[in-house]
This record gives sequence, C-alpha cells and structure tokens, in this order.
Amino acid sequence: MIKTDIIIIGAGPTGLFTVFEAGLLKLKCHLIDTLPQAGGQCSEIYPKKPIYDIPGFPEILAGDLIKNLMEQCKQFKPGFTLGERAEDIIKKKDGTFVVTTNKGTKHQAPVVAIAGGLGSFEPKKPILDRLDFYEDKGVEYIIKEPEIYRGKKVVIAGGGDSALDWSIFLANINADITLVHRRNEFRGALDSVEKVRELKNKNKINVITPAEVTKISGRDKLESLTITSKNTETELLADHFIPLFGLSPRLGPIANWGLEVEKNAIKVDTFDYQTNIPGIFAIGDVNTYSGKLKLILCGFHEATLMCQSAHKIIHPDKKNVFRYTTVSGVNGFDGSRKEAKKPVIQSINN
Amino acid sequence: MSDINIFIKDRDGVSHNIKAPIDISINLMELIRLHELAEEGTLGICGGTAMCASCQCYIESSHPLPKMEAEEEAMLSEAFYVKENSRLSCQININAKLSGLSLEIAPE
Repeated sequence: MIKTDIIIIGAGPTGLFTVFEAGLLKLKCHLIDTLPQAGGQCSEIYPKKPIYDIPGFPEILAGDLIKNLMEQCKQFKPGFTLGERAEDIIKKKDGTFVVTTNKGTKHQAPVVAIAGGLGSFEPKKPILDRLDFYEDKGVEYIIKEPEIYRGKKVVIAGGGDSALDWSIFLANINADITLVHRRNEFRGALDSVEKVRELKNKNKINVITPAEVTKISGRDKLESLTITSKNTETELLADHFIPLFGLSPRLGPIANWGLEVEKNAIKVDTFDYQTNIPGIFAIGDVNTYSGKLKLILCGFHEATLMCQSAHKIIHPDKKNVFRYTTVSGVNGFDGSRKEAKKPVIQSINN
Repeated sequence: MSDINIFIKDRDGVSHNIKAPIDISINLMELIRLHELAEEGTLGICGGTAMCASCQCYIESSHPLPKMEAEEEAMLSEAFYVKENSRLSCQININAKLSGLSLEIAPE
C-alpha cells in the first residue's frame, strides 16, 4: 500500500502543479496516470506545440512546460504510478480513501484530487472484424514488456511517432518488424523517420506503404494478417499486431465513483473545487462549474485553492499561515532550501 | 456584420441550421462545440491544433475551403471512417464565403 497525503489522479500540468502547492503546505503527493509518462495531453498529443497563455511565458512549448513543472515539483519528491488506470475507490472507516489501479496497485490518503483532464487515454482501435477476439491473443495496443517481441514476427500499423519509435526499438532487439502505414509519408519526428529508413535499407524493418491491415486470421490466436495495398491483398504471417493510431480520452471508471457528473465533467463547489464527496476534489479540465474555462492557468488556480482545504482535512488541528514564497523561501522534502538573497547593508562613507 | 447559415448533421443524424458569426474569427470545430452538437470531451480534444482528428467532418457542399495543410492530411491519414470529403473542422475558419455550407460530423 502506497501511503501519502494527497492522491492525485492525472499527471498533467494541473496534477504536477498540485504537487508544488501541496509541498509548500508540507503535504506529500502521489500521482497516478494511465500514460507511461507524466504530462498528460501536453506530452502525449502536442509536446511540440506552443502555448501562449501561461502567465510569465510569452511562448512555451507544451513539452517544455511539463519539463519545467517536473523541475518545479521534484523538490517535493512526488511518487508516481504510471501506466496504470485508477479503477476504484473506497472510503475507509478512518476517513481515508484507498484508490486501486487496474493492475492492483493500492494507494491510501485522506485526500484525493482528480486532475484527470478529459479522462484516461484509451487506444483508438482500427475497424477490423473480430478484433476484440484477438485482443491479448496477439493484438496489443500498448507495449508493456518489449522483451516478449524478441525474435517474433511483429506488424506495427500507424504513421506517427509511436509507430516509428516502437518499430526502431523492437527492430533493435531483433524482432522481425513490418511497419504498415496508409500513406508513403510519416508524421513523426524527422530523425525517427531517418532511422526507420536506415533500418529499412539494412533489411531490419519491412515498410509497406501505402497499405492497411484489412483482416486478422488465426484459429485460437493471431496467426496472419491480410495487408491491402493498392487493391492487392497479401497475407503475412504474424505473431503480434500492434495498431498505434493514437489515444482518445475517456472519463472511464471515475464516472462510477458516485461523483456528480455533468457533460463528462465532475461538478465542483468553486469555494475549493471539492466534489459532492467530501475529501475528493476535481481540478483542471476534468471539472465543471458555472463559468468554467478549460485552461491550464485555471487548473493552476484551482489546484492552489484546493490545497488549502486539503490541509484542513489532513491536519485539522494545525493552523495554516499563508506565506509568500519570496518571503518564506521553499523548503524541499529533499533537504533543499531556496530563498531570496539577503541584501548587503554597508556604509559607503566610513 | 451579419451571421451566415451553416447546416450541421450531428452524430445522431439530426440536422441543425446554425447561425454562425463571421466577425469573431472562429472555426467550424469551435462552432460545433459552441452549440454543443457533440458530446463534451469527444470533439476538438487537442483544442484545434490538428493533432487528434476528433473533429473530423464530411463536407457535403461545394464551398471554397482552405487548402489542406500537411498536418491535417497526415492526421486524416491515421483517422478512421475517412472519406473523400473528410476535413478536420478545426482547420476551417468561418467566413462569408461559407454561407450555406453543409457538413456532417464523422463518428467518434
């Protein structure tokens, strides 16, 4: 059981900034996210896109904003459970919550902050007959253990960074890789495209474009795939088929936690962004209230106010004195201390 | 400046005649969201950066549209339910020339 002060569901910008604000109040945080890395949409969907409305940053790339937030919160030593989805929640007799993920990891805290954005990211699935039958029988959407592909015949479909990066990675551990994409052009980073071209020239990756996987065959598990290219069908033996067509957000199991939900968002009280269940807060894009704007900067504000109430719940007997970081400095949980330099007071005429 | 009419068929097949402003510089995806013609959180997920294809629509009329940029073309090449007349609605800004435009929102 992972024990902490605040369980944060969602490691996007709002979740990461919560760690900082909670840290100032000496509260520890642990984040859970379905994605294998922190940053939410900023890392997964548009890391190279600029954002123009982060206060103090006339322009910042979404990926750089996440790097900065990670840097800002690391002194408060947050814990992470990544690549797992918060599945259910129970309230114990002592008032604390236990949040369990789809992989069974348990987390316990007196406060839960849902900072889930538009929801947990689920893979977009291609439209193929009996696809669900072959899921986990050769068809996988997320690569969890790369080693299982060593020496195996693997077909990857897609044209973005994930498809390119995994093709490269798996080719380098001697998987027999075929990359199938609907167009000749790939959307990924230039150096990834270059690497795939190199591997193709060395016969380490078979690239079929423009083409699509149009049929899955096999008796009890995936045995072969039909690839259609320019109206010609080819059957290809395959142990694994990994379609990487991006991810789409779903509110998911949170919708069944007894929270008041309206239009796929969680209703909150704007006093402190608490939900209808005391001790569970919802901040950032996942919440809704009159006048709500889904902006990162609003998520930061909501996180800051939420932490004040979280402190009252966690330490009902302790007084929380509001302080400016410029005056009080920042004491990290890692022993670090940041503070303003003391002015030098000296006489010039002595 | 006056509004124009845009005809939008939602994902349930219901047609809507929408008055669209041409003086506030919005795109078709934002218009759809403004009128709540798709379930919240299912359209315009990337905010209009041509990075998710959730706002795919089928253009049913022959209005002059902006040329498809490489990013939009690449994103549509990975989307599902793509047809000849597919476009990302976030990439089409509303202007007077689009008066009477007819579109259908693609399935999720």
